[in-house]
Amino acid sequence: MSTTMLPGQEAAAQSPGIGGNIRSYVARVRGGDMGALPAILGLIVLCTTFAILRPVFLSAINFANLFTQGAAISLIAMGLIFVLLLGEIDLSAGYTSGVCAAVLAVTMTSHGQPWYLSVAAAMLTGVVIGFVLGALVAKLGVPSFVVTLAAFLAFQGLLLVLVNEGNNIAIRDPTIIAIENRYVPPLLGWILYVVSVVIYAAVQIVRARRRSGRGLVADPATVIAVRVGVLALLGGFAVYALNLERSRNALLVSLKGVPIVVPIVLALLVFWTFILRRTAFGRHIYAVGGNAEAARRAGIRVDRIRVSAFVICSGMASIGGIVLASQASSVDPSTGGSDVLLFAVGAAVIGGTSLFGGKGRVLDAILGGAVVAVINNGMGLMGYSASVKYIVTGLVLLLAAGVDALSRKRAAASGLR
Amino acid sequence: MSSQPVLEIRGLDKSFGPVQILHNVALSAHAGEVTALVGDNGAGKSTLVKCIGGTYSIDAGEFLFAGSPVTVSSPREAADLGIEIVYQDLALCDNLDIVQNMFLGREKKSGLVLDEATMEQMAARTLDSLSVRTVQSIRQLVSSLSGGQRQTVAIAKAVLWNSKVVILDEPTAALGVAQTAQVLELVRRLADNGLAVILISHNMNDVFAVSDRIAALYLGRMAAQVKTADVTHSQVVELITSGRSGDLGLQNVNGVTA
Repeated sequence: MSTTMLPGQEAAAQSPGIGGNIRSYVARVRGGDMGALPAILGLIVLCTTFAILRPVFLSAINFANLFTQGAAISLIAMGLIFVLLLGEIDLSAGYTSGVCAAVLAVTMTSHGQPWYLSVAAAMLTGVVIGFVLGALVAKLGVPSFVVTLAAFLAFQGLLLVLVNEGNNIAIRDPTIIAIENRYVPPLLGWILYVVSVVIYAAVQIVRARRRSGRGLVADPATVIAVRVGVLALLGGFAVYALNLERSRNALLVSLKGVPIVVPIVLALLVFWTFILRRTAFGRHIYAVGGNAEAARRAGIRVDRIRVSAFVICSGMASIGGIVLASQASSVDPSTGGSDVLLFAVGAAVIGGTSLFGGKGRVLDAILGGAVVAVINNGMGLMGYSASVKYIVTGLVLLLAAGVDALSRKRAAASGLR
Repeated sequence: MSSQPVLEIRGLDKSFGPVQILHNVALSAHAGEVTALVGDNGAGKSTLVKCIGGTYSIDAGEFLFAGSPVTVSSPREAADLGIEIVYQDLALCDNLDIVQNMFLGREKKSGLVLDEATMEQMAARTLDSLSVRTVQSIRQLVSSLSGGQRQTVAIAKAVLWNSKVVILDEPTAALGVAQTAQVLELVRRLADNGLAVILISHNMNDVFAVSDRIAALYLGRMAAQVKTADVTHSQVVELITSGRSGDLGLQNVNGVTA
């Protein structure tokens, strides 16, 4: 925070350095802005616990399972974050994903459409649903809680209609099945990894160069090096672990490589992060969530922002639904139901997105989704029944929401958000 | 100072249904001067400001900007002319930083992407031109700022756009002594930089500390617009409370005036 703002002194502007960055981070955490800290600490604690109690948790096959189990939740959570940023909620996101999955299954099996048309139909369904929900909230002024609770119920019925009152529609299309059940060839996995790290590093360096070239405070090289290093280390470990042979009998069938869904999730993460952090639209989402009246006075079309957030949410739910269908290789009346929505909301909140609006990142969906997937997976390995899993996940969600509310109180007291 | 006012209003009437709020109001604001707009609660200050800012339409009256007649029918049109209003509740987003707030709704872009570097430079230059040195970093979140600093950001946001007239609605109402002094100093500096400033205030000390002219509204009528140097505290208080003070003000308050 040693920034100066006088043009005369800009040339001499001292970058905060790594010490300054750490100090300002500690100050933020103390002030109640914990960001991703709870999620990361939670992941470390949970993984350590499960690894000690059930060594199989650390096996290559289980590690890959974590990714395929967490993917759909993370995708739905990414969309939910847009709605949560406005201080609204979408309780119907789970069944929206179910309805979209059913549209996918029905168009493919009953109407014999190719996979890409079915995917387009499913996503279009999501976009339309989001538009209707958003219009009801923004234009009619019905609280989003009520609108989406009604939709939650109605979509449950719609899903039943689509699957003919309880049939299980099997999905046989190899492309759709591949999303969750096939793997990127190990070599291609490494290539994707190297390209991603190089691009990330290049973007960071170019931005810092440009800023310091214009006399603005830029991130120091050490901070960039640490960021790139952490990404390279974590990514490298993940790709290495996922490229290990997971098959019990490698001669019969070989199971190795990064699940195809992982690059899809990462691409969407990058895309939505770009939209949220680097475009005026994203800035306006934060503004409406922070102070809708200020946004309105600044000339922002608040209604349009609201509607588009719901469209993004339901659109992402439709992609989540496609992944769910791929995961189960079928669609039935419970697709996207029961715990999917609460897991997704939980993922967003555990990751650090505030239920009060105005605070959150797309990355939260991945971090929180990882926590949810680890709890679910670990407790399954421990042999706990579904009942215990539900109770524990509910408590974790409550804990995350409590941390959110407390940090907000603390932020109000210390003047920070 | 310049003889021609930047902003001049003549014979402004405004009614809400059967209730006439403003009667034949005249007001002028000169470049390089602070015009204090005073009046009791309900005198019509806020209505007048909202008419100038384009939030309310006017029923009758002339609106001259730099000598030529204009019509202002929306806040956007007022902003295009160079009229910016800083409302009492500031309208800042706590979860955004200073630069983001200053450019809210009018972000600089290069293609699709926000041009953060340009915005940061422009914001820094504006704050520097106002000699603001009270904030550590312009990348601080607004939630971490004090009341006076928030007021500063709101004012800087208003002058960022080459504005000619800045209207401040009770900028010191919620501030402590030291912060009030800072904000008043800033108000003075705006005028010294060549802007026409209209300052709404209830506080006589503030008015006399900073203004060049005083316009007193009384029950929707402009009681008097006088040079600050020509009047005393008690005269202004009389203008506010009874609409007249000796020769000054409305001579027949309850009847037809002007």
